[in-house]
Amino acid sequence: MLAYIVRRLLWTPVLLALAAFFVFFMGTCAPGDPAELRLGPRATPERIEVERARLGLDRPLLFQYAKYVNGILKGDFGDSYHYQGRPVLELLLPKLWVSVQLNIAALIVAILIGLPLGFYAAKKQGTGRDPAIVISMLILYAMPIFFTAPLLILFFAVKLHWVPAAGWDGFFSLQIILPALTIGIPGAAIFVRHMRASTLEVVGQEYVRTAHAKGMSNFVVNYRHIARNALLPILTIMGFTLAGMFGGSLIVELIYGIPGAGRLSLDAIFQRDFPVLTALVLLSSGMLVLANLAIDIAYTIVDPRIRLQ
Amino acid sequence: MENNPTFEGPKGTDPKLEHVAAARGRGHWRDVWSKFRRRRLALVSLILITFIYLLGIFAPLIQTHDYQETNLRRTQQGPNIENWLGTDRAGRDLYTRVVWGIQTTVIITVTTFVTGSLFLGVSIGLVAGYFRGWIDAVIMRVGEVVSAFPDILLIILLAATLRPRIIELARNIEDSTGISGLVSSGIVDYVVIGIALLPLSWFGMMRLVRGQVLVLRDAEYVQAARAMGTSTPRILFRHILPNVVSPIIVSVSFGIGAIALSEVVLSFFGLGVQPPRPSLGVMIGEVTARGGASVSVLRDHPEQLLAPIIVVWLLIFCWNIVGDALNDVLNPRAR
Repeated sequence: MLAYIVRRLLWTPVLLALAAFFVFFMGTCAPGDPAELRLGPRATPERIEVERARLGLDRPLLFQYAKYVNGILKGDFGDSYHYQGRPVLELLLPKLWVSVQLNIAALIVAILIGLPLGFYAAKKQGTGRDPAIVISMLILYAMPIFFTAPLLILFFAVKLHWVPAAGWDGFFSLQIILPALTIGIPGAAIFVRHMRASTLEVVGQEYVRTAHAKGMSNFVVNYRHIARNALLPILTIMGFTLAGMFGGSLIVELIYGIPGAGRLSLDAIFQRDFPVLTALVLLSSGMLVLANLAIDIAYTIVDPRIRLQ
Repeated sequence: MENNPTFEGPKGTDPKLEHVAAARGRGHWRDVWSKFRRRRLALVSLILITFIYLLGIFAPLIQTHDYQETNLRRTQQGPNIENWLGTDRAGRDLYTRVVWGIQTTVIITVTTFVTGSLFLGVSIGLVAGYFRGWIDAVIMRVGEVVSAFPDILLIILLAATLRPRIIELARNIEDSTGISGLVSSGIVDYVVIGIALLPLSWFGMMRLVRGQVLVLRDAEYVQAARAMGTSTPRILFRHILPNVVSPIIVSVSFGIGAIALSEVVLSFFGLGVQPPRPSLGVMIGEVTARGGASVSVLRDHPEQLLAPIIVVWLLIFCWNIVGDALNDVLNPRAR
């Protein structure tokens, strides 16, 4: 198991470097010459030439990449084209932090709804409640966020006045409830699906029958024997679910007017601010890779059976 | 696709045996179909999907207006006899635009699936699984890098950076060959979306096929075929591929909803299909001012938002139901 973790730890920087190369390369494909964009439309060709040399744009691609990576290691993702000379990181970090908080809240919603419901559906297999839960969660899963978000606002904010309709006021505020629900519900549907499947897997195991046979209470069997074991495989899909929810949060941020990475990325696209876009993609994928690494390591620790492999 | 006999069956050289094998092959898919048919919800879903896709395919025939035609005297109408689903802010007929939007979805789904998932995913998966070694290692590592990115962000980045390059390329082709209208026809949009969705479509399929091939390549009947001197392509396509068809079908049916949604999201952001060509995503983006006005639109003119959204909703839901049913029917071992 140690070898596995070491191998993963060694591979992760390589993976990130390759991801950085891909993103960097896509950035060079982007339209517009960075030197021209920096100097504005009235710059003379000579000045652009000088600027190009200053930025190192006349050097080979690999050299530029090395410079880019070197900058990243020092926390420098380049400068924004649009906001003249402001470092990308300074622009990006506060927005990304908002998105991260929103996604954590959404993950909590997804877990709180999804896991108990999936467990319950599995326990009720054979009754009408199981397919009812499965199908209604699938309907919610398929519901496009373009619809969920305004529907929730209309109902809970405009009609019932329970929560504010839009805006952002930090993690511990009423504003976070609706967007977290909007992102979390499709996530919950995924958890229901997997939790139900893994619970069904465990319910049929011999040790569950043994536990019942030796007269343990239903409560203890359910929680100590079934739920705890059924939860293990859920850990591995956590990363994928988080990635999926992050994508959804881009749209949710637009609809709820949340100043997060979604808003920023849309602005970056239309202002052709590619350093911001590439840095955003790279940072979020870096977080995703590290999250998956942490999950995998946690998995090997939580489930001793994995070590046998 | 469910009852296509050509995928099926180990085929011998003896003509009599071949006949038997073919008959058995047809039997398998007929069996699958009869099991599938008994699931009422899945059957209804399949019929709904077919109906929606037919609407899109026959859009030019069943449209009631022109999708670009604006009528400023009839803006923001609710559903009525003249405009079945109502009109948008520019007085364009919503029904016509939805139907054309579905056509866009159909085109994108088919092209990305045929090129990305089926052609690239299956063939790379076959190669990686069968030859293993360094080819496999390289392919898997590339896939890992691609899947390290959050899907939507990667798709957005690809579409945003590639679009100008592809338009440039199309203009060059227009200039050098004298073909005109390549850029304005919307083909460029499809190419951009197709390429942007590639990372999403090929890797999942490739990993699936590779996993199956890794098991099958050491199966006794494949060893026998190899010992008899069967050529590698023949082993891959006649002996291994037919046995991977079931998981491929299941994976495709789960994936189509995601592909359709990705196009909608891209077009919503203004990076996919470009106006005036209608797409469900363009419609949602235009109506809600890219999300900003969603609430007031839903309150005041719900049909404008719901018309495109219900189609997307139905497609994703129905494909998932169909995928579930196919999974149960085709992979009886899986729960």
